[in-house]
Amino acid sequence: MSYKVLYYVNQFFGQVGGEDKAGMAPVMKDEKVGPAMGFDQLMGEEAEVVGTIICGDNYFNENNEEAIKFIVDAVSEKKPDLVVAGPAFNAGRYGMACAGVAKVVADELEIPVLTGMYKENPALDESRAKAIVVETTDSAAGMKNALATMSGLAKKILKGEKLGYPEDEGYFAQGRRLTVFSDKRGSERAVEMLLARLKGEDFKSELPMPVFDRVAPAAAVKDLSKAKIALVTSGGIVPNGNPDRIQSASAQKWGKYNIAGKDSLEGEFYTIHGGYDPVYANELPDRVAPLDMMRKFQKEGLIGEVYEYFYTTTGTGTSVGNSIKFGVEIGKELKEAGVDAAILTST
Amino acid sequence: MNLELRKIEIKDVVFGEETGVKDGVLTVCKQDIIDGLKEDVNVKSIKVDIAKPGEKTRIIPVKDVIQPRIKVEGKGNGFPGVTSEMVQLGSGKVNVLDGVAVVTIGDIVGFQEGVIDMWGEGAKWTPFSKTLNIVVDIEPVEGLDPHTHEATVRVAGLRAAELIGKAGKDAQASAVEKYEMGDIFTEASKYPDLPKVAYVEMLISQGLLHDGYIYGVNSGKILPTLIHPNEELDGAVISGNCVAACDKITTYQHQNNSAILDLYNRHGKDINFVGVILTPELTTLEGKFRTCDYTAKLCQTLGVDGVIVSEEGYGNPDSDLLMICKRLEDSGIKTVLITDECSGWDGMSQPLADTTPEAVAVVSTGNVSHVVELEPADRVIGSAEAIATLAGGWEGCLQEDGSMVCELNAVIGATSEIGYHNLTVELY
Amino acid sequence: MSTITTISESVGANRIVPTIAIPYPVGNPNLSKVVEEDLREKLVRRAITALGTEVEETTYF
Repeated sequence: MSYKVLYYVNQFFGQVGGEDKAGMAPVMKDEKVGPAMGFDQLMGEEAEVVGTIICGDNYFNENNEEAIKFIVDAVSEKKPDLVVAGPAFNAGRYGMACAGVAKVVADELEIPVLTGMYKENPALDESRAKAIVVETTDSAAGMKNALATMSGLAKKILKGEKLGYPEDEGYFAQGRRLTVFSDKRGSERAVEMLLARLKGEDFKSELPMPVFDRVAPAAAVKDLSKAKIALVTSGGIVPNGNPDRIQSASAQKWGKYNIAGKDSLEGEFYTIHGGYDPVYANELPDRVAPLDMMRKFQKEGLIGEVYEYFYTTTGTGTSVGNSIKFGVEIGKELKEAGVDAAILTST
Repeated sequence: MNLELRKIEIKDVVFGEETGVKDGVLTVCKQDIIDGLKEDVNVKSIKVDIAKPGEKTRIIPVKDVIQPRIKVEGKGNGFPGVTSEMVQLGSGKVNVLDGVAVVTIGDIVGFQEGVIDMWGEGAKWTPFSKTLNIVVDIEPVEGLDPHTHEATVRVAGLRAAELIGKAGKDAQASAVEKYEMGDIFTEASKYPDLPKVAYVEMLISQGLLHDGYIYGVNSGKILPTLIHPNEELDGAVISGNCVAACDKITTYQHQNNSAILDLYNRHGKDINFVGVILTPELTTLEGKFRTCDYTAKLCQTLGVDGVIVSEEGYGNPDSDLLMICKRLEDSGIKTVLITDECSGWDGMSQPLADTTPEAVAVVSTGNVSHVVELEPADRVIGSAEAIATLAGGWEGCLQEDGSMVCELNAVIGATSEIGYHNLTVELY
Repeated sequence: MSTITTISESVGANRIVPTIAIPYPVGNPNLSKVVEEDLREKLVRRAITALGTEVEETTYF
């Protein structure tokens, strides 16, 4: 049984034209065009390219919605097992188009995506986690090697085989940290690593330091006395009984609770956070989420009102990925509710 | 100091009339243990069970794991400062019931207690699936406040290990390990060309169920402290915490601290292992600045060339780990850090809560959020339902048939940051 | 509002109010009730001031 591959290229590799055709709307060709041909040959009997989408780089980036819709319809029609885009080498707009294909096909349609880029392609960071991005040279002179690596990986992906290390297989690390067994215990590896450092020998760290982003500061609230301010915490403060069963560590969800008319959280809330001594928060949850003072300031007129919902989750062990998701979801609700600002407490 | 750990190989554990060891079999008199532990008025009842490697047995919720021993020469049997009178530890001869562990369970004190599976998938992830476990279920009297509940259970576990340890008094050791290390100047003059290495052991010191004890002193009350490695190997440091089951240092792991053992192994060969610094992880920013400065200063005072730093816990202590690293690296001392990571179920999240570019050499002991599927046990010692409230578990993760899905967070010793276990993380 | 503000800075927070301790960021059980409430009030007031202040980069209040 031969697997089906749908191929995406831009106007240039699709042999339509150069910059002058960058605005072309996407078309679906039943034939294999450009790199799709070479790729198809390399796949041999194992897979067949059943169609080539050709789309102008400018069109994709400027008419994103229409372009995405075209891709989705094409996938629905051709029902491929794998979608291949590019390789884009160092071309930024082409890379962004491949990234866009990866996003919709991998995330929403849940079909694997394969592409190729040069390490400096500006679209690399947003593509690498969603698609398998093969490392290429910076120009089309590297097409032959790129397609060779891509087809090798495609065969594994189609068969559901586990890919080897990124550095061995020739693709950019996706950022997936996989826990595996080592033949040596951690302390032994640490002693060996230290000896290597002391002797000036090569060593490889098992944990690259994270790089966090900067958040652009929001504008200040113009008139606090009229402002609606929300209270949010990662201290795991929840209503007695933890009705939504928020986890004690590694939270998979957040909760929102109506605090209208309440002057304090005492007696009705407690903490389920597994990362700190809970005794003091259980006595008085306002020590973690200070509703009492916010209510006081509301009554005094320092602030307009306290938003009627209080948002909470557990911070300890909660992945950055989930934290970002919660932040975006809660932020959206607050914005839609006309909240002007939020106080976030953490433990 | 000169310490001899005499390993008595135990191949099996059974209940019997009298506690003792014969031909590699440990017999435990259940009633003696129960009577001994019930001397504490806060203990209401005790149950004792045995769980052996390979049995389809699940132990949950686990509080601590302790190695039973008896000091046959020299002072300091038991746990000085906690269960026995205060003496200087680190010297003498200790008979160790090798291959046996005392595991404490009972009414849950807090969210961080854990699970040990003696067979199958679960067994791979904990080192304590390979020990013959004597499980002591401690039920405290009603109405105890949480701090007293915790102390009662903690001390009962240590006492149980002491009582069982007595069995080894006259038994023959099959292997003897010698740990001999003189003062810093003597050792330096013996090995003038070897690089000097210290081990900084961070201890979570953040309150109820997050405490460590050194000769009975709560680690939250100390400044970073120099201690001879023999002292820790001899029982000076015990666990008062279940910071999260996966990376809390159990008392057993203090008694057998793998970082200390692996450094000691190289002492006089490729390094001059200078000593251990115990560093508390505190809950205030000022406290963190103070302990990190102090720790770095102790390392500098010792004139070391390299330091291994191990963390206990994750989240806020990541900050201490990296601050210590930066201070050491900035002063020219090379570091290797040992830590686990919180990379999420999919492994795609940043591993640590903080960052510093100076941390160029790090050993990762696993992703605490790695999800495992554990089959149903034939026997559960303790309470299977506890998984719903444990860190690493959640409501609904225990299925009706007894199988459960949980994170490594809930598995005792899975991601041990003293490097006791053998997990690592690879980047894909 | 957080205690380990080194982490707040690392992750890109812009308006930061340093708090007391991890188990009780906006409180202190070692103080008398009146003093503790006053402490909490002062900390929350700083947070509200922060919300009304323009900032371009990480700023402590």
